[in-house]
Amino acid sequence: MPVIEFQLNGAAMAVDADPDQMLLDVLRGQLGITGAHFGCGAGECGACHVMAGDRAVASCDMPMWSVAGKDIVTVEGLGTVEHPHPLQRAFISEQAMQCGYCVPGILISAAALLKRNPSPTEAEVKAALDRNLCRCGSHNRMVRAVLRAASEMATS
Amino acid sequence: MSAPSPAPKLPVSLAANPRLSSWAKFTGEGRVTISPGKVEIGQGIVTALAQIAADELDVDISRIEMIRASTAASPNEGVTSGSLSIQQSGRALRHACAEVRQHFLAAASERLGIDASLLAIDDGTISGPGNVRTSYWELAGDVSLDHDATAGTVAKSAAKRTVAGHSVQRVDVPDKVFARPRFIHDCPLPGLLHGRVLRPDVSGAKLIALNEAGAQAVSGLVAIVRDGGFAGVVADSEAAAETALKAMRKGATWSAGEPLPDEDDLAGFLRSQPVETTVIETRTAATQKAARTLRRQYTRPYVAHASIAPSCAMAQWHGDRVRVWTHSQGVYLLRADLAIVLELPAENIVVEHMEGAGCYGHNAADDVALDAVLLAKGAGDRPVRVQWSRRDEMFHAPFGAAMAIEIEADLDKADEITGWRHAIWSNGHAARPGRAAQPALLAATEIANPYPRMISSNPPAANGGGGDRNSVPLYDFAAWTITSHRLLTMPVRTSALRTLGAQGNVFAIESLLDEIAALRGEDPIEFRLRHLRDERAKDVIRAAARRAAWKPEKQAGIGHGVGFARYKNTGAYCAAIAEIEGADDIRVKRLTLAVDVGEAINPDGVINQIEGGAIQATSWVLKERVRFDRARITSASWTDYPILTFSEVPAVDVEIIQRPEIEPVGAGEAAHGPVTAAIANAVQDCLGVRVRDLPITRDKIIAAMELTS
Repeated sequence: MPVIEFQLNGAAMAVDADPDQMLLDVLRGQLGITGAHFGCGAGECGACHVMAGDRAVASCDMPMWSVAGKDIVTVEGLGTVEHPHPLQRAFISEQAMQCGYCVPGILISAAALLKRNPSPTEAEVKAALDRNLCRCGSHNRMVRAVLRAASEMATS
Repeated sequence: MSAPSPAPKLPVSLAANPRLSSWAKFTGEGRVTISPGKVEIGQGIVTALAQIAADELDVDISRIEMIRASTAASPNEGVTSGSLSIQQSGRALRHACAEVRQHFLAAASERLGIDASLLAIDDGTISGPGNVRTSYWELAGDVSLDHDATAGTVAKSAAKRTVAGHSVQRVDVPDKVFARPRFIHDCPLPGLLHGRVLRPDVSGAKLIALNEAGAQAVSGLVAIVRDGGFAGVVADSEAAAETALKAMRKGATWSAGEPLPDEDDLAGFLRSQPVETTVIETRTAATQKAARTLRRQYTRPYVAHASIAPSCAMAQWHGDRVRVWTHSQGVYLLRADLAIVLELPAENIVVEHMEGAGCYGHNAADDVALDAVLLAKGAGDRPVRVQWSRRDEMFHAPFGAAMAIEIEADLDKADEITGWRHAIWSNGHAARPGRAAQPALLAATEIANPYPRMISSNPPAANGGGGDRNSVPLYDFAAWTITSHRLLTMPVRTSALRTLGAQGNVFAIESLLDEIAALRGEDPIEFRLRHLRDERAKDVIRAAARRAAWKPEKQAGIGHGVGFARYKNTGAYCAAIAEIEGADDIRVKRLTLAVDVGEAINPDGVINQIEGGAIQATSWVLKERVRFDRARITSASWTDYPILTFSEVPAVDVEIIQRPEIEPVGAGEAAHGPVTAAIANAVQDCLGVRVRDLPITRDKIIAAMELTS
């Protein structure tokens, strides 16, 4: 199998992978990085979102050949307990979840939005999260958390 | 002379599991472990229970480690359902911890030579006059908790609680934002293999022949497991398991399936099946001739759980013993069903809980656990993880039952209600494992000696009922008859989904009340208040009305509606007011709710549950309907079973009426019925049409308009 090279959470990666295999399988299987979640396998729920450049993409629908050379960030690459991303801090402050299974994908979609648009309106946040499904009904808390993170980033 | 007060009784969960050490233990280095039998299903229960324990023990909540339920050690608290965890586990823990505290105070008193009444506990340190001190951990060796709780222990009064009643941050949230593995889906065991099960594409079809050659050729395949009509693959990676399953599907021959009903005539189907009829309640009054009788029929469709994660489980055999990891709502109940299927004593099976995605009732969590156990038989002593596909999750998991509800309301000349007859046609709302002589698990119907599919039944009225849940009005009508017709056929698999029948019944009752209030020209809130005697009920309605500035001036294209219920007629009180915008499509702009759960252990947790329930109910009302043709479920993807998206979510404003002196009840199911009714009533207010069939889509509104004109 060919070696595919890309950046993952800021580090250079070279993995042996079938070019048609999906990035999510490689992350969760071969690499043991489980932050991106499987939800539907069809790019319809957003649970598996990762950032490619400044875009949130469904890693369940992203073949490895298309990952080559890309800069990929998963939720693990956003921040750590010691150095949290403002979004992670804000999701804790707002208690922005119930079960939390959709949260990694939502954090990624929000992080990609803030990269492109550091001061989004509420409507822009919602539009950016429309490809992420949440079944528990924590949407409003999540939107508040994203706006909180944006304003925190603007003043820091 | 007043009657003697009844002898004090233990809380029900504690009576069933009285050993104190099974609930609480002091472990080394200032730690406390608390073991509830209830499980985290995304509702924040673990945090609320930790708050209760921290309060009674007087320890900082950060010292508490909450143990996941396991049949190896945890109290058996049945199933985590029905909004009962705070009621059952919370009360048991409060009592058990209060008693543990007393034992330690007695031991400290003996060691320090100071009367227990002079001792105080602060974060686990026990101190008294003269600066003497000890701690739970110093005394732990002297105090045995291996004895049974006794009735009569008095927990702290509401005024003395410092943790319960406050919005403590949830203990599981940091793990979830930093992606530290917590979900069963993310927790690999050493040597883990991956399994997939072959399920039919036609409802009720059975596997009759299988050519395994294609699957055998897949690289990474470890085993093909067959047991009658149950077939699956085990492989060394998920990708290999998926590839093998795809190959296996090509080699499968299926029997014809069982026909499904007409999805466009659910009421016709439900009302034509053989049923078991139960009169739920009657109330009679001196007969009064009705001036007229309104007869209305309401329906709700089958509703999918549609958790964001597909169901997942792991299992590992060691000889004739098996260990199972599951996100089931009831580890002991699942174990009981596994024991039947495997023909093993329950002691040979350990079932351990791990978190899954949000759980709203009896989904496929238990089914996939049996799948994993059966597939792990082909894996020697290696663990096998099985994860369902999105398609299987939306096709083969149980659904919330469809309902047809007919209400006849007798009205006098002034359009006051003199009689009320409410009849329900529905499949049962519960076919949970562990409660019958036959297993309720899907694969049990597929194996070589198959069990019949369990026809769902209804919990007894004393437990809140099933299809009949919330069918007895809380309003003081003079006479009523409530009848439940439970179907004895079940072409579409149904079991418990959030609120059971309450969503449908509250929708029906509250819709008709609005219609009658309108006939009378009476404000719908005044009309409700006039028919309620329970002050807590009136308070939530008044609070919601005040908060929503009821009733805002009429504007074109905007509608307002109200809905109210007390969940199960014994649980949380909730009133909802919906503001909608109606043009071609209905858009719910704002929901204003007031709720009374008695003591709110974690107010922000209660608000979160009510917000979530309100948004989920909005999704059910506007969008959700399990789709099928006569052969198969067709809504097996998010495209075909859409749910509410971020842009469609209404603003939700929640007021809690705190009653710290009243025993707490759960909040998870309180909002669905009231919100459903509030939206339907707002649609009438906005468009002048009454939609009586859920979901309220553009097509249903057009159909209702045609009926009116």
